[in-house]
Amino acid sequence: MSEVVALRHVTKRYRRGKTTVEVIHGLDLGIEAGEFLALMGPSGSGKTTLLNLIGGLDRPNEGEVIVAGERIDRLPGGDLAKWRARHVGFIFQLYNLMPMLSAERNVELPLLLTHLTRAQRRAHVQTVLELVGLGHRGQHRPAELSGGEQQRVAIARALVGDPTLIVCDEPTGDLDRETAGEILSLLQILNREQKKTIIMVTHDPEAAKYASRRLHLDKGLLVDGHGSTAA
Amino acid sequence: MKFLPLIWAGLWRKRARTLFTLLSIATALLLFGLMQGVSATFDRVVEQANLNRLHVRSRVTVTAPLPIADLAQIERVPGVTGVLYYSQFGAYYRDPKNSFVAIAADPARAVDIYRELVMPESQLEALKRTRTGAAVGAKLAQRYGWRIGDRIPLQSSVAKRDGTKDWVVDVVGIYDDPVLGDLDLLTSAIFLNYPFFDEARVLDRGMVDGFVVRIANPEQAAAVSASIDSLFANSPGETETRSEREYAESRLRQVGDINLFVEAIMGAVFFTLLLLTGNTMMQSVRERIPEFAVLKTLGFTDGGLFALVMAESALLSLAAAALGMAAAAGTYPQLALINGARTAMPPIVIAWGIAAALVLALASGLPPAWRVKRLEVVDALAGR
Repeated sequence: MSEVVALRHVTKRYRRGKTTVEVIHGLDLGIEAGEFLALMGPSGSGKTTLLNLIGGLDRPNEGEVIVAGERIDRLPGGDLAKWRARHVGFIFQLYNLMPMLSAERNVELPLLLTHLTRAQRRAHVQTVLELVGLGHRGQHRPAELSGGEQQRVAIARALVGDPTLIVCDEPTGDLDRETAGEILSLLQILNREQKKTIIMVTHDPEAAKYASRRLHLDKGLLVDGHGSTAA
Repeated sequence: MKFLPLIWAGLWRKRARTLFTLLSIATALLLFGLMQGVSATFDRVVEQANLNRLHVRSRVTVTAPLPIADLAQIERVPGVTGVLYYSQFGAYYRDPKNSFVAIAADPARAVDIYRELVMPESQLEALKRTRTGAAVGAKLAQRYGWRIGDRIPLQSSVAKRDGTKDWVVDVVGIYDDPVLGDLDLLTSAIFLNYPFFDEARVLDRGMVDGFVVRIANPEQAAAVSASIDSLFANSPGETETRSEREYAESRLRQVGDINLFVEAIMGAVFFTLLLLTGNTMMQSVRERIPEFAVLKTLGFTDGGLFALVMAESALLSLAAAALGMAAAAGTYPQLALINGARTAMPPIVIAWGIAAALVLALASGLPPAWRVKRLEVVDALAGR
């Protein structure tokens, strides 16, 4: 399999008031296409920062971030935004749906940045909503949906643009155990059947079991090897 | 257009707040439309003033009469091509509430000077022939249902030598202004024969209230005015001659400096509105920071989101402007500001209203749009 994500000697520092905090220390990481990777670690270990770097939401202070064959740490702001639209689907812990828009409209959002016609957008939206089991709830607003359903809408939104990789930040952190299991199963199916590369940040060992590889971060370092496959 | 649902949804995130803001802007623009409409209509009256006409009145006060003997001297001033002498008084029909202006003048001179007034030739001849004849403005005739051949009693405060104040006249003509219509104040007046009026009155016989002078070249208005006034300088009946435009402006100024009122009030209204709308937009955007961060995450660019917020601001202002200006255009003719004329709102006022709304949208949308543009997505997602 080819490497879809490659981080080389990546360091990330933040300024917090007068002090500078180094969150990621010279990290090297490779992720193969079609992997389902779980990034684990305690709070403050740098999991979300690493996810943001891979997803093109943030830039490293040092090192290289290469995703889908592109050196994204060098892309200007506007180009990086367009790159994200093409290559990354995001799933958040709190779903982050637009409350005034229906499920359909929420899923359609990434497609507004494409040249697809309205009919084509509608067709894509319907396909992914059916894929996540919500084909019949497209007209409902987020407030009319359960937490699990809202997260399915968020997954549909992440999928609709057919991105290179899907990044998830604690996707089940706000769900009960049963619903969390359903969402994780869905991600697993997407990984196995749709061959989607998924990178998931979680602190829940049960959630991490659904991934094909697990990595542990602690204080900005991979504690079980540089991108090595977890046990 | 594909972003419209997103813009619309953002706008109605807090329905009550948006509705109140919309109504505030609409009300301000209704006020703007009505006030600018008044101003524009007054301007139109002034603009329509005949540049070839001068008005000669007493320099002492507008109510002081001038000798009719001045006529011959004025007629001899180079550049003068016609002179109308007149006396006017307030009259009413049956009830003091039904008041209007009665003008005693020479009929032949009147039609020569006021060429915009149209009356059949036969009626003009009848007016010249009939000592008690009167030519009635179309608006006035319509108001009281007067027709040719009617004999009407006019009451006034002008005492007659027979001891009464009643002026009984015969309607022999009805005239109109086809261009200005009801906006021409003369369409709500009545013309009498000057000799009939002058011989019957007790006071000021042989005197007139003023002269209306037609000149050959409007560019010589100042020179001709100066020549006329110099004729009577240092006499008991000093004159002040002004162009009809100045005269119209001074008459309208009697109800106040409309433009100053409009500008002052609208300045205050728009300033308040700017603060209100600006605050609403800022608050609305502040509440949706996480949503804008998500949109950036999905690939919306900084410039794209800037445009989105500006479009939201424009949509709010323009929707309110459409509402306010439609209400103003609908209400304006009911005001019948000039001479009771139900005129339509001048289109330029509607254009100004839309322009004002756009300026408002720009000014109130710019700060929140800039904030969204500069939003750091990682910080915003982390709630920092």
